[in-house]
Amino acid sequence: MSHARKERWTAFLILLPSIILLGIFVYGFIAWTMRVSLSKWDGITPDYTWVGFENFHRLFSKDIGGVAAIRFRIDLWNTFFFTVLFLLACVGVGMLLAILLDQRIRGEGVFRTVYLFPMSLSFVVTGVVWQWIFSPGTASRPRGVNALLGMMGLEQLQWRWFTSTESIGPFHLALIPVIVAAAWQMTGYTMAMYLAGLRGIPEELREAARVDGATETQVYRRIIMPMLRPITLSALIVLGHISLKIFDLIYTMTGKGPGFVTDVPGIFMFETTFQGNHYAQGAAISIVMLLMVALVVVPYLVTSMRGEVER
Amino acid sequence: MRNNRVWFLVLALVLMSALALSACAAPAAAPAAPAGEGEQQGEAAAPAGENQLEIFSWWTAGGEADGLNAMYEIFKQKYPDVEIINATVAGGAGSNAKAVLATRMQSGDPPDSFQVHAGHELIDTWVVADKMEPVTFIFEDNGWMDAYPQGVIDIISANDEIWSVPVNIHRSNVLWYNKGIFEENGLEPPATMEDFFTVAEALKAAGVTPMAQGDNGVWADNHLFENVMLGVMGPEKYAGLWTGDTDWNGPEVKTALETYAKMMDYVNEDHAALNWDQAAQMVVDGDAAMYIMGDWVAGYYTSLGLEPDQDYGWAPVPGTDGVFMMLSDSFGLPKGAPHRENAIRWLEVAGSKEGQDAFNPLKGSIPARTDGDRELYNVYLQSAMDDFASDQIVPSYTHGAAASEGWVTGISDAMTLFVADLDVEAAQTNLAQACVDAGVCSE
Repeated sequence: MSHARKERWTAFLILLPSIILLGIFVYGFIAWTMRVSLSKWDGITPDYTWVGFENFHRLFSKDIGGVAAIRFRIDLWNTFFFTVLFLLACVGVGMLLAILLDQRIRGEGVFRTVYLFPMSLSFVVTGVVWQWIFSPGTASRPRGVNALLGMMGLEQLQWRWFTSTESIGPFHLALIPVIVAAAWQMTGYTMAMYLAGLRGIPEELREAARVDGATETQVYRRIIMPMLRPITLSALIVLGHISLKIFDLIYTMTGKGPGFVTDVPGIFMFETTFQGNHYAQGAAISIVMLLMVALVVVPYLVTSMRGEVER
Repeated sequence: MRNNRVWFLVLALVLMSALALSACAAPAAAPAAPAGEGEQQGEAAAPAGENQLEIFSWWTAGGEADGLNAMYEIFKQKYPDVEIINATVAGGAGSNAKAVLATRMQSGDPPDSFQVHAGHELIDTWVVADKMEPVTFIFEDNGWMDAYPQGVIDIISANDEIWSVPVNIHRSNVLWYNKGIFEENGLEPPATMEDFFTVAEALKAAGVTPMAQGDNGVWADNHLFENVMLGVMGPEKYAGLWTGDTDWNGPEVKTALETYAKMMDYVNEDHAALNWDQAAQMVVDGDAAMYIMGDWVAGYYTSLGLEPDQDYGWAPVPGTDGVFMMLSDSFGLPKGAPHRENAIRWLEVAGSKEGQDAFNPLKGSIPARTDGDRELYNVYLQSAMDDFASDQIVPSYTHGAAASEGWVTGISDAMTLFVADLDVEAAQTNLAQACVDAGVCSE
């Protein structure tokens, strides 16, 4: 008994520093941000007068918030479409690349490194480079991708890219170049995860399936895909929380765009807080962002915790 | 027993994932100025109480950094014992610096003096928050009350006190044009908004893009809009917008929005992808005929080796002849400045004729005083000095002189929507709401 108690104390002491740091710098500041979001703080001087959910009402009701509510609604739609398409692209292309690399081709290491390289860049670098690539230019003097299309005689495909204000319903087409840039950067990550997953599947299983008469497509659909499911889940969680909070890529690549076509809550929060000095309003946006991320991450944590307990 | 172990495992897992998540969050949350911030904090760590002077600004490169160093040189000659700490934060046209400054001021760690746009950006952010000391006594002690034009004194004053020392003046309402294109087509730079559209139509017919625009940042939309408003409604009505005397729901603002929308028929297609310097480049390259932008364009052209009046021409924005829409960088005196004596000495250098004539030729702006040494400035700046001395002065809202930062972000949001859909009615409603939100207009 005393041995166990000692062990417990050791574990507690080892964890203590991180508990304290996390308590202050993560949960403490979350609590403080919540308090600010319920206050009247507008301007440089803190003002903690309680106003309830007024700052949230401004974000969600057009009658009270005016442009802020219009902008926030656009931001939420943009985040939704960006996240869904970004995840689909990363998972789809990443899995495809992993399956191709898993065919024991020659020079696999080279390809793996090439696909993984973009991940080592900062989103800021990616943003600047892809801004050059997708900068549209004019009809008489096209730039970037448009110049390339012009050289190939595909003028009809030239487009205004991220400066376009066209939309299909609430989906702004200007988001497409941003999604391409983000997926270019993060696809290597999903590829690496899937590749590890594929290598973790025992060859005997595939062999057994083949012996039972499964075609190669069936082997992938019935055996390999189901076994990769936990990897898909982890990838979705990691990429999902990146895309819900995306800031730096869009800030450097397109900014909020004309008519907020590429605006996201992160940029709105930054401008509101640090350019407009509306601290309470900015805190309210942060809290909404936190809730969005929590919706994705908490179920994941709960499942993985349950997994641990069962084991 | 087993349960306990599981419990610790779970706890460790939660903590680790939380750490991992917060680690992932860090790069996403920080704006792109880590280098400047680190540098600035490192220097601020020097022991207090020494004979130092810490100056905070976002002048990190080019002519403006050279100009700042020239002022430092003058200071060093006068006060050789004082160690100058040049605290700069690069990037974002000052928005990164402002975020760092706000953090320092809120935590009671002000620099001795900091760069801030003269006018409401200073007054509505820092003076109302009771973070500044008035500098009226410096103006009086040095006999500057007559050296600065009354229009400038009005912009930097509130509650019967002066709050900062302006070091330079930029002009917002300038129309830059390509002299070659205008000569070939037998055109004169337009004097009124009606002329503007006649000229633009003629240029369009001649196959030239009439006007350049580079509004990758919404501030460039604001910049054009403030000039269109000034050109359409004149200086009195324009100035009234910022005091609540001119109705944002009125016909003048409507006409301004309609004029702006009409102008968009004459600009380059890719304006939303360009920055101001790329748009300025279009004019000297002959890709566009005109460009409405502040007079830092002249500084940019000088850096390209171009000569004013030969390689490019300029005129007041149509409808704004005799009016000088100004913006200005200034330095203030924060309360609790660690080296107050040195800060006052610095402000005396920054506001002196000597200091301004050292700074401005390098920065490409004109002195805020009316007694600058003309010989030091190029043809464009000389003409700006003449106009500044004689014209009616109005403040620019885009660059912090006319309105609070909170109000400007509200206008920016309205303009961001407007440039996409050009819906005049919705824009006017949103602009009127922004004025109400700023606490200047009543509902």
